[in-house]
Amino acid sequence: MRGVSIIGIGQTEVREHWERSLRELAVASITAALDDAGVDRADALYVGNMLSGELTGQEHLATLIADFAGLQGIEALKVEAACGSGGAAVRIGYLAVASGLHDLVIVTGVEKMTDCESDLVTEALAMAGDGDYEAMQGLSFVALNALLMRRYMHEYGVSHEDFAGFSINAHRNAVRNPYAMFHRPITWEEFRSARMISDPINLLDSSPVGDGAATVVLCPEEKAKKFCPTPVTIIASATATDTIALHDRDDPLFLQAAHESAQKAYLQAGVSPEDIEIFELHDAFTIMAALSLEACGFADKGRGVELAKDGEISLEGKIPISTMGGLKGRGHPVGATGVYQIVELVQQLRGKAGANQVESHLGMAQSIGGTGATAITHILQGPN
Amino acid sequence: MARKKRKVKSMSLARHWRLQDERYKLIGRECAACGKKLFPTRDICPHCGSRDLKPYRFAGRGEIYSYSTIYQPPAGYEGFVPYTVALIRLDEGPLITAQLTDVDREGVEIGQRVEMVTRRLREYGPEGLIVYGYKFRPVLKG
Ligand SMILES: [Zn+2]
Repeated sequence: MRGVSIIGIGQTEVREHWERSLRELAVASITAALDDAGVDRADALYVGNMLSGELTGQEHLATLIADFAGLQGIEALKVEAACGSGGAAVRIGYLAVASGLHDLVIVTGVEKMTDCESDLVTEALAMAGDGDYEAMQGLSFVALNALLMRRYMHEYGVSHEDFAGFSINAHRNAVRNPYAMFHRPITWEEFRSARMISDPINLLDSSPVGDGAATVVLCPEEKAKKFCPTPVTIIASATATDTIALHDRDDPLFLQAAHESAQKAYLQAGVSPEDIEIFELHDAFTIMAALSLEACGFADKGRGVELAKDGEISLEGKIPISTMGGLKGRGHPVGATGVYQIVELVQQLRGKAGANQVESHLGMAQSIGGTGATAITHILQGPN
Repeated sequence: MARKKRKVKSMSLARHWRLQDERYKLIGRECAACGKKLFPTRDICPHCGSRDLKPYRFAGRGEIYSYSTIYQPPAGYEGFVPYTVALIRLDEGPLITAQLTDVDREGVEIGQRVEMVTRRLREYGPEGLIVYGYKFRPVLKG
């Protein structure tokens, strides 16, 4: 195994891109990342995507994108792990380079969600859970998270308002990220009174779906300086799974897969949670932010919300999260999100995060599929 | 609308027929090796790895572990809105995910006793398949 570095990044804004197709979004982010890396070809393309077939009628996606990105002939495969598809694609890209099989790999996450009516998107997203035993009972993906949130509030005696800090922080950081979907801060009062979706989860607990694409270019660590003056190194990459359905977990309030993938990543990198200076976590819902902080060792069980209440998750806090807006503020184009997280960490570690810059050398990203059924954790180290 | 029609066709009768023992009778599995009761049906015990699993019929009673009322439903469930779904701890051990029915939304609470009934789960369009299955309602007192 050899070290793997990121030498190029590219992204499109997350929003409703009514004028741009799935393939155009992907190609735009690939072109930007290749230009950033100063290369025009690679050995392989791995595409993270969850719903291209369901929402746009297109499978065989990676080959299509390779074709239209001017990369005809290269190895091209789609990687799917529901909402964790982007992180899963980064994982596959990492394995391809670390193993020595490929020297230059493109990883793209892309999702096109706004061509469909919202009830069909809601139906499609429910496929992240168990189709026969969760979705068929009428549960949306939001409802599964709502079951977790209600139980969390019950067991730990916290209120819905206690989660406000997660969304307020995410929106505040998104304001200064030009690629983010939202550029408007939200208030505690707005959070408290937002429209209910699946109680206790309201609109401002939830990340918005959108269209978007993000890309990273990977190469072996020892060759990185040839391409890029400020390469960022992937010092850990780890994945774990849990039961697909919430009802099969011994303790639904502990994200076992998130815990295990983080522990494996800490071990590989030789670090502990105290060493992590930025955590791009999977804040698809406020409850997931709290549970992720607990699973990854930043808070005790039932105490994740306190980090939000105390401001410890802000850019100046002990463990800044969602520094470019997170899923809540930047937007959550589901299969692309895991790659956006990595792109944003690279911006931070290169010192190019603009007004949202956190002085940092070590950052962690965690991409989650389903209600915690797949967790992919990467730890990145900035240039020396 | 074209898309919805195509989906209807792909949701075949066979997919639902295969699940009828679970949906109508709450039949899961009991592990012959470790004794754990399992729902839904599996071929391998997640607790001990045994492949020796026997059909087991759950009594259909339990208590609410968590619940949520849905205001923004997936396609196919519009007719029920708002409806309440729950994780229910069955008396035999496992959690099950299901809709609540015959219930006062405001009165639902964690720990409440519920029992299984058979109800319409969803329809696939006006001329499409109607799927029936388990839902849970508060245990009638008295
Ligand atoms: Zn067993």
